[in-house]
Amino acid sequence: MANTYTLIASNTLGASAASVTFSAIPATYTDLVLRISARSDNANLYSTFKITYNADTGTNYSETRLYVQDTGTISSATQGSRSNNTARYETGASATSNTFSSFELFLPNYAGTANKPISHFGVSENNSTDAGISTYATLYRGSSAISSIELGNFLGNFVSGSSFFLYGIKNS
Amino acid sequence: MTHPTKVIVDCSTGQQSVVPLTAEEIAANEAAAVQAEADRLVAEAAEQAKADAKASAQAKLAALGLTAEEIAALSK
Repeated sequence: MANTYTLIASNTLGASAASVTFSAIPATYTDLVLRISARSDNANLYSTFKITYNADTGTNYSETRLYVQDTGTISSATQGSRSNNTARYETGASATSNTFSSFELFLPNYAGTANKPISHFGVSENNSTDAGISTYATLYRGSSAISSIELGNFLGNFVSGSSFFLYGIKNS
Repeated sequence: MTHPTKVIVDCSTGQQSVVPLTAEEIAANEAAAVQAEADRLVAEAAEQAKADAKASAQAKLAALGLTAEEIAALSK
């Protein structure tokens, strides 16, 4: 990895929390990368969390997503007008204890004024069957630099031990 | 039951704070949870309908005399 890959901030939860927000993100990088290791306390095997930029809850988000499960199920969907973006296959409370799912988001040109294409992928972990993989192509139609990122659960909370690392990348 | 909270990480200072959710935020989360569960049930029903249709089609192909290998080849 290039030496311009810099940790901006991180958090490892010491107690469960409904959401984690990175605020006051500096606009001094070219791109952002967010890496997440998370587990939800909701009863399902998998959960989905939402991603909101700049506290913008308008219908300024769209996404195309592909889900693959080891059961052989493959599904995809496109939504053009959402009030957030989603991230699937967060490990839930029905999964093997102490297993966490992992995610990576890539936010190129996050400090610009144009619409922002953002990609991410996620994988569950169950140390058993019923693993899942997702990949997303998303768009945030905001005209301001992304200065905050909120990660929040639709169901339940992120459990203690979930961790969140925000990196900045410079092209020089 | 403990009061739900949110964590805010200020990237300019490194300060991290744990903030109790407001009543409005709790209500919004509860509404989102209801919607998420409804969405999940709709998606599962759609997947089940798709799987049922596939199984039905495969059974009809088998009745026409196709082998399991031939049916599998058509599915790819």
